[in-house]
Order: sequence, then C-alpha cells, then structure tokens
Amino acid sequence: MHTEFVVVEGDFSNAGKASSEIKKTLKQLNIDNQKIKKIVVAVYEAEVNAIAHAYGGTIYVDLDHEKISVVIKDVGPGIPDVDMAMQKGFSTASPKVREMGFGAGMGLPNIKNNVDELDIKTQVGVGTEIRMVVNFLS
Amino acid sequence: MSENFFYHALKIDHKICYGCTLCMRNCPTEAIRVRNGKATIYENKCVDCGECYKVCPSGAVYVAQDDFKSIYNFKYRVVLMPSVFLGQFPEDIKASQVYSVITELGFTHVMEVEASAMIHSKLTNQYIIDNENKKPLISTFCPAIVRLIQVKFPALVDNLIPMKAPVDFTATYLRKKLIDEGIDEKDIGIFYITPCAAKIAATKSPVGEDKSTVDGVLNMDTMYNMVYKQIKQHKDYDKTISANDVSSDCVIFSLTNGEKRLANCRKSFAIDEIHNVIEFLEKVENDEIEDLDFLELRACDESCAGGILTCGNRFLINDRMMQRARKWADRERNGETSRKKEILKEEKYLVENSHVGKILPRSMMKLDENTSIAFQKLTKIREIESKLPQTDCNVCGAPSCHALAEDIACDRANMSDCVFMQRNLEMRNSLKIEESVEIMKKIWGEDKLLDFILKK
Repeated sequence: MHTEFVVVEGDFSNAGKASSEIKKTLKQLNIDNQKIKKIVVAVYEAEVNAIAHAYGGTIYVDLDHEKISVVIKDVGPGIPDVDMAMQKGFSTASPKVREMGFGAGMGLPNIKNNVDELDIKTQVGVGTEIRMVVNFLS
Repeated sequence: MSENFFYHALKIDHKICYGCTLCMRNCPTEAIRVRNGKATIYENKCVDCGECYKVCPSGAVYVAQDDFKSIYNFKYRVVLMPSVFLGQFPEDIKASQVYSVITELGFTHVMEVEASAMIHSKLTNQYIIDNENKKPLISTFCPAIVRLIQVKFPALVDNLIPMKAPVDFTATYLRKKLIDEGIDEKDIGIFYITPCAAKIAATKSPVGEDKSTVDGVLNMDTMYNMVYKQIKQHKDYDKTISANDVSSDCVIFSLTNGEKRLANCRKSFAIDEIHNVIEFLEKVENDEIEDLDFLELRACDESCAGGILTCGNRFLINDRMMQRARKWADRERNGETSRKKEILKEEKYLVENSHVGKILPRSMMKLDENTSIAFQKLTKIREIESKLPQTDCNVCGAPSCHALAEDIACDRANMSDCVFMQRNLEMRNSLKIEESVEIMKKIWGEDKLLDFILKK
C-alpha cells in the first residue's frame, strides 16, 4: 500500500500531518501501541527536518502487514557531515527556527533511536533522502 | 460480567426518531448509522458522551434511569447530590433549602458528592509524584473521557489515573458510616443524582471494577423538577439541614479547572468539550507536547455544568457555583465554618479503597486482531473509498464515505448502498430500479419511499 505526502518549505503549521495519518492507519492494523509511537515520533522528526532545512520534498510511505517503510526525499542543502548530524545536540537550525521550538539538534538521533533501519543518502547542494523501516513482528 | 458488555444509558426511541441524521453527523466516534429509517448505535463505538442527545431535534434520544420508587427497596435511603445540582436553582433558593426538600422526597440521608473531592485531589497529587514515568497523567473523573481513550486512544490507557471518582469515595464513606452506626448493610441504598449519561454507564458497568459503589442513579432533570415543585408548593420545612459538606475549593471541583487548580504540578491543562479533547489527545499521542504532567479532560462544554441532564444554561450554572464557592471561602476566612470536614476522619479507609483495577484498551480503530487480516481489510477500504463519490451525503445511512467504506469492508454494508453506485449499476443493467428502491427502503424505512412511488 503506497501513500505520498508533500512537504512545503517553512510550513511548520502543517508539521505532523503525515505522522498523524500514518498513526491512524497503524491503529487500524492493530499494531502494538509502543511501536506506533516510535514510528510517529520518527516520521514527525523527519517531517520537521525537511520543513526546517530543505526547500520542500515528498514523503513516500509503503506499508504491508509486516513492515512500514517511509522515505523522506527533499530538495535542499544536503547534510555536509552525516556523522556530525547524528550527534545529539548538533544543530544548524537558524535562530528563527529555534524560536519556534524546533532545532534542538535531536532530530536525526531521535529518528535513529526509534526505527529498525535507517539509511541516509545526501548530496550537498542537491538534497537528502532518508529511508526508515520499522518491522511490526520483531 | 462479560468483557464485551458495556451498558449504555443513551437510547433512541424508534417511535419518535424519523432518521434526520443529525446525531449521526455529530457523533464524535462515528457510532451511529441509519437503518430502517431510524438512528441505531454501534454499542462498541459509543462512549456515552451525549452529543446525540444534545443535537436531536425530536427528543428521540433519551437517557434511561432507575425508577424513583426503587429507593423504597431500602430502609435507609441515601442521596448523593453533586454540587452542580445546587447550581441549577435560581439565586433566591438556598442550598440548605434544597438539602432539606430533597430529604422530604423520601431520603433519610443526604450528602454532597464533592465532600470527598479534597481526599480525591490529595491522592491524585500523590499519584502524580509516584508515577513520573507514566506522564502525562490523565484524570479519570469524566467517565466519557475514560471510554473515549479506551476506544480511540488505546496507547494512552496507561496514562489514566486508576482511581475512583469522588462519587465513589463519598458513597464508600457513607456506607461505612451507616454500618458503623449499626445499620445492616443490605438496608442501605445509595442513590446518585447524575448530570450526564456517562456517569450512569460508569455506574452500571464500571471500568476496571466488578461492582458499583452506588445502588441506583437518578437523572438530574427529573430530580430538579421534583425538588423545584416541592419548594414552590410550600415554603416552610420541619427541619433545615445545613449545606456545609464541602469546602470552598471543592464546590467547583466538577467545573472546568476544578481539578487542575488543585493539582500540584508544573504543566497541566484543563480541556472541556469532546472535540477539543480529541484534538488535544491527538497531539499528546504524537508526543508533540513536552513535559506534560497532568490533564483534566471533560467531555462536556463547561464540564459538568454542561451535562446533558442539567437544567438551564451552563454559563449561569457555572456562575452560581462560583458565587457559592466565593461565599464559602469568605466564611472559611472569617472562621464561620471549618475546612476540616467530618469525612476526613475516614481518610485512611477511603484511601485504602480508592484504587480501581487495570483499565484496558478496547480499540474500535483496529479492523482485526490479526494484522494480516486487518491489512487486507485496509486495502479493501482504500479501494472502495476511491470509488465512492466523497460527498459524505449520508444517503447510505453512514456518516461519511469513509465510514461506509469501512462498513463494507467489515461486511456491515454493501457497495450498492451508495446512491451514486446504484445509478452506475443501473446504467450497466446490473441493478434494477426496483432493487435500488428496496435498498433505500432498508436504510430509510418503508414509508419514506412508499409515499413518493405510489402517490401520484
């Protein structure tokens, strides 16, 4: 089952749309509540990342009865140093973004903690593609 | 009691209902469908919030109550009166008058429910301190909210504070007090005047408990009429009972902010009205709100002052209760009355009997226990939904195209229930017009269609 969501640059007011839709679907599938929570948190973080740092993008959700895979593909500045970005507290967010309560440098580490697989493809000046997978059975 | 049995106090009188769909369109859990021209309730989706009762234009939705005469099954008849009951009466009627008159109706004892609210909030504060890891903690004061969380937000069930409501505390106290006075337990009947349907449902099938603490429930509107009539008819009483069961800060416990203002924590919210609550719980469930300690959630607008069985305007009721609270606060400051009430003597006993069993989720969201089967159904729903017109016209007897798609995937409805589908099928000659009419009759009843077809 395939679903797509569009992410608009700077549109923080709509952050959480994709994760809420995913949550609704997973509740219908009777997935374990803790697992749903993890997925929702990870997708929400990724949504906020794309809104804050990129120039917009798309979220692709693929779902079957065993796993969910979410790909967030953006057109944006890319991540110059992925290892650095994976460290807690590291952030390149602008003061404006921080004022809105985002940009604490917890995004990527938080995603990693909540998913079974995480794959980051990024190219400076082109964009970033984050692929995350959560298995329902494990 | 069977795990699948849930008593609902909200009923629909099919003799009065004419299938206007207002209740169906306003139900926050999509629990209503029109069948045979009448609104019908999916029992497992209903949370007893009473929205259907509020919007019904014909009075077809009603709240079942115990027969008033059933109080005479007991030698000692106790009435538990929530503070909001006193807020129904105009300013010139004193609380002590209501206390006195209500005993004249046939009760031997009267007590205000919020007498125990002080102990209740003290325990809540202790629970908040002891359960740091379960934050945000959610109050179980409003039974419609408990049920809403069970069916719609199963992930938050563990955040509910597993504690009895003030009505149970007060009932437990009075029962003990009377037994201590030497009265036989089976001679004691405790009756609660309820402002809403959810409290009745909670009494008849308590969540996390086997047996209710009260013996019967009386509807607030009925009791209001009885008491008011008595007051109007004769002004003098043999005895006046003073109405000082409750301390000033607990008089307004059932109003919005009533629990929040007594909760000892940094970040708490008081939210009333069920749609507001649903909107907020979506955020809580997503972990979008940080460092949240405590939530007071109430299904009705203006909390219990807006209960469906209250009489009069909820804002006026709220104001009268606030006035009473201020008056008590003045008296407490002047030393005319004490904040230390008799019930505090039994605090230890009440604390020992305060906990309820585990509150279990009973998700109405899941399409099947088995994820594979649920996934098949979900795929089916998506496919059906893409074919439906997305007009949410209600002609199929469901509140939305999405709800119909779900009903079809779960074998509770057919594709041909959709009027747009019928036209399509007729065009392809796979459905006769007569068959379409039969389908519509099943949803809307014989008479709605017969008239149009036979009368020319």
